[in-house]
Amino acid sequence: MNNINQLSIKQSLQGIKDGHFSSYDLTKACLNQIEKFNPEINAFIIVNKKALDEAQDADDNRSAGEKLPLLGIPIVLKDIFMTKGLRTTAASNVLKDYIPQYDATVVKKLKDAGAIILGKTNLDAWAHGSSGENSDFGPTKNPWNTDYVPGGSSSGSASSVALNMAIAATGTDTGGSIRLPASFTNTVGLKPTYGLVSRYGIIAMASSLDSIGHFTKTVEDSAIFLNVTAGHDPMDTTTTQEKIPNYLDEINDGVKGLKIGVPNEYINGLSPEISKNFEAVKKQLSELGAEIQEISLPHTQYGIACYYIIQTSEVSSNLARYDGIRYGNDRTHFGDEAVRRIILGTFTLSSGYYEAYYKKAMRVRTLVREDFEKAFEKIDAIITPVSPTPPWKFGEKADDPLAMYLSDALTVTTNIAGIPGLAVPSGFIGDLPTGFQILGPQFSEKLLFQIGNAFEKSQERRVLGG
Amino acid sequence: MKYRPIIGLEVHVELKTESKMFCRCSADYFGKKPNTYTCPVCLGLPGALPVPNKKAIDWCVMIALALNCKILNNSKFDRKNYFYPDLPKGYQISQYDEPFGIEGNIKLQTENKTIRIRRVHMEEDTGKLIHAEVDNKKVSLIDFNRSGVPLVEIVTEPDFENAAQVVEYLQKLQQIVRYLNVSNADMEKGDMRLEPNISLRSNTTNTTNATNTTNIPIEDLPKYKVEVKNINSFRFVAKAIETEIVRQTEILDRGEVPAQETRGWDEKKNTTVSQRSKEEAHDYRYFPEPDIPPVILTGDQILNIKKQIPELPDEKQKRFEEEYSLTGYDAEILIRERSIADYFEEAVKVGSKHNVTGKQIANYIINKKPDIESTVPAELVELVLATTQTTETSSSELKSAIEQTFLENPKAVEDYKTGKTQVLGFLIGKVRSLLSPYSSTSGIKEAIDEAIK
Repeated sequence: MNNINQLSIKQSLQGIKDGHFSSYDLTKACLNQIEKFNPEINAFIIVNKKALDEAQDADDNRSAGEKLPLLGIPIVLKDIFMTKGLRTTAASNVLKDYIPQYDATVVKKLKDAGAIILGKTNLDAWAHGSSGENSDFGPTKNPWNTDYVPGGSSSGSASSVALNMAIAATGTDTGGSIRLPASFTNTVGLKPTYGLVSRYGIIAMASSLDSIGHFTKTVEDSAIFLNVTAGHDPMDTTTTQEKIPNYLDEINDGVKGLKIGVPNEYINGLSPEISKNFEAVKKQLSELGAEIQEISLPHTQYGIACYYIIQTSEVSSNLARYDGIRYGNDRTHFGDEAVRRIILGTFTLSSGYYEAYYKKAMRVRTLVREDFEKAFEKIDAIITPVSPTPPWKFGEKADDPLAMYLSDALTVTTNIAGIPGLAVPSGFIGDLPTGFQILGPQFSEKLLFQIGNAFEKSQERRVLGG
Repeated sequence: MKYRPIIGLEVHVELKTESKMFCRCSADYFGKKPNTYTCPVCLGLPGALPVPNKKAIDWCVMIALALNCKILNNSKFDRKNYFYPDLPKGYQISQYDEPFGIEGNIKLQTENKTIRIRRVHMEEDTGKLIHAEVDNKKVSLIDFNRSGVPLVEIVTEPDFENAAQVVEYLQKLQQIVRYLNVSNADMEKGDMRLEPNISLRSNTTNTTNATNTTNIPIEDLPKYKVEVKNINSFRFVAKAIETEIVRQTEILDRGEVPAQETRGWDEKKNTTVSQRSKEEAHDYRYFPEPDIPPVILTGDQILNIKKQIPELPDEKQKRFEEEYSLTGYDAEILIRERSIADYFEEAVKVGSKHNVTGKQIANYIINKKPDIESTVPAELVELVLATTQTTETSSSELKSAIEQTFLENPKAVEDYKTGKTQVLGFLIGKVRSLLSPYSSTSGIKEAIDEAIK
């Protein structure tokens, strides 16, 4: 079988089960792809040298009767997930040589599910950024057109899945860091409900906003992946105590009769190409039987301001431990963006400013959350574009932090409200992909998969060769 | 006195929970090999998250309840951000504006004074810096065994007027947490840490409250405040306060205002020394700890904790006075330690079967200070009985026993009369053999001397 690295999780599992190829073959195919393209794409910070041995073990275990949901599936991790004994850098020179003493809960769950860790992927340092350009290990390129950014901050995870260097990848989404790169690379990106997936062992960016998600090639794979990662973790008290459903149940139930809202506030100011693409999405879902309604989320315009106060405040506190005393390099190794956020956050938390900034932002946060709650009383889900524009060229926004921040305008409100968002590919603008996002009430991931799957099945999947 | 001292107090009490505040490491760090009781959480490693210790929260609420505080149903943890090498996360998890307990009090016995407690909150301890010399180089070492051990901070209103009140308050507080069995409150081990803040107010500034012993309204408080740190005994807290009163009086007498600052107690110099001025004061940039959901304490939960509170020293003293007809002085001595109070009551139970009163047992415990570890209550009652019999035998019984002994041992009596004092022991032994074995040696000796005269 050729190009097995292009397969989805589901297809890979089937192929291994049917004996068409082994986990070793699949892992080797991905490693070959990495070897071939990574020098140009720069999606990886570290490639796991033991991956092939681990794949061999997985094959042996399968022969011995082992049955695990991801047994032998090669995946990659955003290099912000702690991996015991495997260097974890956050793409920052501060942690350039840091080797963790423990595995993040999600990493442990993935390993326990049989996944093979191929390596650690590039990102905007500390997950600060929307383009992948802020990495101290150099930018990751968009595999669809290497003059363009792949989106950030989970740039390497998105590019590696898009270019079939891995079957799936983990990411983190604090303000859009999974959904934006997913939409820029023709991959499916899930930002789960806050508290659905454990944050333990993942370098914190903004603790009250960080959501731990993943990139896959299909919506169904996203559900398979979430079945492994979701659920209460005694090491993270913000995780839910609720019983986790099987996310594959009802995934094929279609959208017939579902009420899907389109918020006015999200479709003003879109680039014409995005606007056109989004119209096609609406039309398609409508044809599939969904009822599309216009709705209003009146506090949307305050989203970015609110987000950049809460996020930077928490960043300034979360980065305080990287002082170089116990581990890592000293503070002079922080890049410009981290320094910018530390200064902003320190300011907004300072005595005399706290009331005017942080406190007020928290009040806005409540209003944004209430916007969604009210909307979900009348509709089942919301769809919006992920990015107001198609991917941009390297350097285009790098010197304009505010322009970069505004690229998150359509995604941050999801994090502010703590609700889930699923980014699904919706076609191409020229040679560059774009996507839309499906938002739902807290813990409605099943519904998002149901809608996303129906849409995806109606589209033709374009696969990057090479 | 020209000035009235205004004194407030912050006390940190380390809880003796099995595990630390936010991780499962053992909290029993004292004297252990450095950095052996650590994990990613208390070392502040990347990605680690805090999980609050439920027992520590319960105990903090218990302390607050024992100090007559109101318990907030909605409480939360906050981050207190500051840099210090012993603070691995760069912030301490503490409580800012929603502590578990507010508005409590402790009543002092002297002057019938009430000290108001502003708040009781929960936080985590820091690591410990050790300044040492390694390979001829002066270095600072960090031991993180203490990092994350649960601490309860108890803050008073500025209600103390002198060092004696502060010491009495501290003794009471120490007794209470020991009664609750939530802390050893051992000053030497750092289980209890004290930070008084002291300022002086002119007795002439306000006529309405100047001579009143009641507490002073906030608007009448002095414009400065001096905090004293590094105090490790009740004796030093008294000394530090007295030193500060003298120092600040001198400054005020010169017509100046003492600087708002943090001073440290210097044990060697026996004085306070400046550590940090107002300008260098921290801005802690408190904000709600996003890693820990708000803590909700229901009425039932609070009631449940309340039920676990044993009889506290004040109530116990009152009951001892009434139930056993003890003086306030005696009762107070007995209740100082819960183990002694409990021992006393057990002995009273046994004693009641032998017509021994609580008063007799109290006297014995207070005067003879028996080792309660090695003397079971029944033995104690026997000892009390023995003392009682000694006094009873000293009359006619003793006299006849001496007469009989003298008759049976004329040689020894003769020897003793001629100054051979070494036979006295022999005579006493003979006399005692005719009496109860509890008879007192000195009583017999006196009676022998009397008979020989």
